[in-house]
Amino acid sequence: MLSIKNLKAKIEEKEILKGINLEVKPGEVHAIMGPNGSGKSTLASVLTGREGYEVTGGEVIYDGKNLLELSAEDRSREGIFLAFQYPIEIPGVTTTNFMKTALNEIRKSKGQPPMTAGEFLKRLKDKAALVELDPEMTKRYVNVGFSGGEKKRNEIFQMAMLEPKLGILDETDSGLDIDALRIVANGVNKLRNKDNAFIVITHYQRLLDYIVPDFVHVLYKGRIVKSGTKELALQLEDEGYDWIKEEVAS
Amino acid sequence: MNDDIILNKISGDYEWGFTTDIDMETLPKGLNEDVIKFISRKKNEPAFMLEWRLKAYKHWLTLEEPDWANIHHPPINYQDVIYYAAPKTEKKLNSLEELDPKIKETYEKLGIPLVEQQFLAGVAVDAVMDSVSVITTYREKLSDLGIIFCSISEAVKEHPELVKKYLGSVVPYSDNFFATLNSAVFSDGSFVYIPKGVRCPMELSTYFRINAANTGQFERTLIIADEGAYVSYLEGCTAPMRDENQLHAAVVELIALDNAEIKYSTVQNWYPGDKDGKGGIYNFVTKRGICGENAKISWTQVETGSAITWKYPSVILKGDNSIGEFYSVALTNNYQQADTGTKMIHIGKNTKSRIVSKGISAGFSQNSYRGLVRVGKNAVNARNFSQCDSLLMGDKCGAHTFPYFDIKNKKATVEHEATTSKIGEDIIFYCNQRGISEEDAVALIVNGYAKEVLNQLPMEFAVEAQKLLAISLEGSVG
Repeated sequence: MLSIKNLKAKIEEKEILKGINLEVKPGEVHAIMGPNGSGKSTLASVLTGREGYEVTGGEVIYDGKNLLELSAEDRSREGIFLAFQYPIEIPGVTTTNFMKTALNEIRKSKGQPPMTAGEFLKRLKDKAALVELDPEMTKRYVNVGFSGGEKKRNEIFQMAMLEPKLGILDETDSGLDIDALRIVANGVNKLRNKDNAFIVITHYQRLLDYIVPDFVHVLYKGRIVKSGTKELALQLEDEGYDWIKEEVAS
Repeated sequence: MNDDIILNKISGDYEWGFTTDIDMETLPKGLNEDVIKFISRKKNEPAFMLEWRLKAYKHWLTLEEPDWANIHHPPINYQDVIYYAAPKTEKKLNSLEELDPKIKETYEKLGIPLVEQQFLAGVAVDAVMDSVSVITTYREKLSDLGIIFCSISEAVKEHPELVKKYLGSVVPYSDNFFATLNSAVFSDGSFVYIPKGVRCPMELSTYFRINAANTGQFERTLIIADEGAYVSYLEGCTAPMRDENQLHAAVVELIALDNAEIKYSTVQNWYPGDKDGKGGIYNFVTKRGICGENAKISWTQVETGSAITWKYPSVILKGDNSIGEFYSVALTNNYQQADTGTKMIHIGKNTKSRIVSKGISAGFSQNSYRGLVRVGKNAVNARNFSQCDSLLMGDKCGAHTFPYFDIKNKKATVEHEATTSKIGEDIIFYCNQRGISEEDAVALIVNGYAKEVLNQLPMEFAVEAQKLLAISLEGSVG
């Protein structure tokens, strides 16, 4: 589904990604861990087409297409979803209206007609229940006045609404208490199926207790320096990142 | 934000920038008593009108252009303006078929509903090109109800008693520099009279367009809703693209007698100048209404055009229990400047006013809200609520709020709320990441932001206004 080969990227003349290689197949969950400043969020930004990042080398093939040639909105329409580390507030636009616009734009790009009001409301209700979101929240302006936990839950709700093929969770666990973490993780688990895939970016292992990954990668100084299974995450939790740093240095 | 991206993307082409090649009768540039006499003679005006114009002109000579607004422009040479320009027509028109096809074409390009089918849409149009009202549709249908809807020049001749009584009764000829100039030289505009107890069954509409070069447009609109009457009036404005700045100084007077209601909606889309700030209309407008007992006046404006907008549609709440409303969306892009707001003057008891102002600034523009709430000493239980919001796109533009309060009655309640928000790259990327293009994202956000005001517009107009907002902001966020 996603094939990243020797991806290099810089921001403001500073090289952040120094040759990333990653293969993601349908049905898989990949966790990307690493110390602060290792390039985790940059990877999410480059994959989703945020402006300000310059790709200086390598390639990303997604569903047989050269992903880096697509605009940010086209990547979304092709099924890539990013749950933001810092979700954005949109005054004047309700979550309901936002999701209706998003869904219909995505459908339009596939030549499908807009959803009927009935279909849309049903999906809204079902998905809100899935992530234990009070449907009243969707009548409020997107993330305006939401707590940190509510914003993160709203991200997972949007992901459920748009049913992406590839979901990227950028530090979705940061700032969440244990109950919110459980709800968010349950939401993701219910969305998992054999056709979609997730990249879970996190600093801490605890999210991975709930969203159990198939693979764990350690990103350090812009490269994936170690890959393994979920046991690798537990080892990082016990021993920290220092041994990785030493391994890389030697 | 990345400034270069913003700079590169700010564009927004003006779709209404065509000119129409028709025979025009124009006066040479400049203003003096002879010009005023010419205008008055050309219009076969009764003597009282010429006297009023000349009084205004003499007063105007003693005035200086006001400089308190938050706008900057090179000095205007009032002797470099043409004060009269009219399409040459041999005789008065009786039907649409007789209209110059080129004028008709212009209006069709503008999408003005002049054709008969539009009757079904319930719109009667008084179209003003440059200085003369070209034709007024559906007048007969309205006259069955006793409603008078015609150009102000006709009203001066055919209904002099009404004009004499009400013209200048809300905005006196000595009111302010621009209104005084208008009083001296106004060339045409619309006149509406709704008789006692009559509810006007259709939206009345005027479409203004400045076509000739170097022409000032000075239209004068007078609307009288007699006791218990109701009317909803729409005004739309466009102008062709020109390099030089054109002057526009209009006056609108509304009179809502006891228990009457007037709803006045404007979509102003005069040429705003190009992306470097060259050209564009200077729009200095005085709009004011007066309410009798239990009367209501509601101003709704969507201002997207003009290089400079100077405009404060106001309500004098003279009668007890009267209501004044002001709903405004003012959008500025590139180098546009807007200084707009309202004045709510509470005189009667239990009077209420509501102000909802939504400013949107993009590019290098400056957008100011200026509003006065005055409560007189007899205005017991007067209430005002003001909401002034500003939305900034990019970081080269400015938004300013100048609220003034003058409260002389202790039993009055006055509330003021203000917010400022910004649409930056972050919001746009967030929308992109949900499959929404930049254009659609801006439209979504701006329409959400302006919804409370757009909801006040008649349906057909609201859709137009939504599109206009989106077009005016195309590419304004990096």
